[in-house]
Amino acid sequence: MPSDPAEVKKAVRTYMMVGAALFVFTAITVAANRLHLAVPLAITVALIIATMKGSMVAGVFMHLSHERKWIYGALLLTVVLFAALMCLPSFTMMDGIGTPAPAVGVAAENVGH
Amino acid sequence: MNIPYTVEERPDTGLTNGKLGIWLFLASEVMLFGALFSTYIILRMGAPEWPHGELNVTLGAINTVILISSSVTMVMAWASLKMNDFGKHRLFLAATLVLSAVFLVNKYFEYADHFARGEGPAHSTFLAIYFTLTGLHGLHILGGMIVMAYFLGPGAGLWKKNPEQFANRIEVTGLYWHFVDLVWIFLFPVLYLL
Repeated sequence: MPSDPAEVKKAVRTYMMVGAALFVFTAITVAANRLHLAVPLAITVALIIATMKGSMVAGVFMHLSHERKWIYGALLLTVVLFAALMCLPSFTMMDGIGTPAPAVGVAAENVGH
Repeated sequence: MNIPYTVEERPDTGLTNGKLGIWLFLASEVMLFGALFSTYIILRMGAPEWPHGELNVTLGAINTVILISSSVTMVMAWASLKMNDFGKHRLFLAATLVLSAVFLVNKYFEYADHFARGEGPAHSTFLAIYFTLTGLHGLHILGGMIVMAYFLGPGAGLWKKNPEQFANRIEVTGLYWHFVDLVWIFLFPVLYLL
């Protein structure tokens, strides 16, 4: 993170460039939406662009690219737990809870045929 | 008794207490919004069909541009303090406050349009998660506005007494504000475009 006035003055140029890049990426996101891509592709494209924009905000505006190890440590734990949260939906699809089991009589009838 | 390490860094962490505190708070915020994003995925995967084109993409895109602009003005408010220009700092902080107010006004029009058509949170699963996510995000915007208004008003006096501590407070406010912008960067495509 820049601390003395000369360094901050240099960083201002970077802030402006990142701001401009964020506007461009927003325009690209909206333009990509008008292409009416297939849903899986549209989700992939939109999330890739959003991740790039998010990285720029976190890295430059929040100065995460030049931070102390304590902050990286706290965020690493957050990333792991966040990833676990995002995996929860797939766990709900993998279990068999709520799936009706075939009736015993029907199963035996099928074996006879 | 003074609160320690508001200006000088703690020898063990290399950080001021305020900065470490805001990052831990933001980590908890990631989990809060993460839980709601996870809920969104479960609801969407379980739904037989998911509505498209229910929201006003133009208004959503305008709000994205507004929030990105407010992030730029916020970081400039902090940079101006570091360059010892208090006048510019106030200008940029006021601009951030105005932009956040415009964001909320746009959101009000969006909500009003939905309610006028009888489309409240109970109308559909999509609108339920839409109102929950954007409502919580809107509350965060409101919280940020209160803090910014404080630093434009009564809190500004600290600049004369302890400029470094004031700059640290603005930096911490900025970290919160950029996080609010970051959440919207993901909310916009997830709710408006997909």
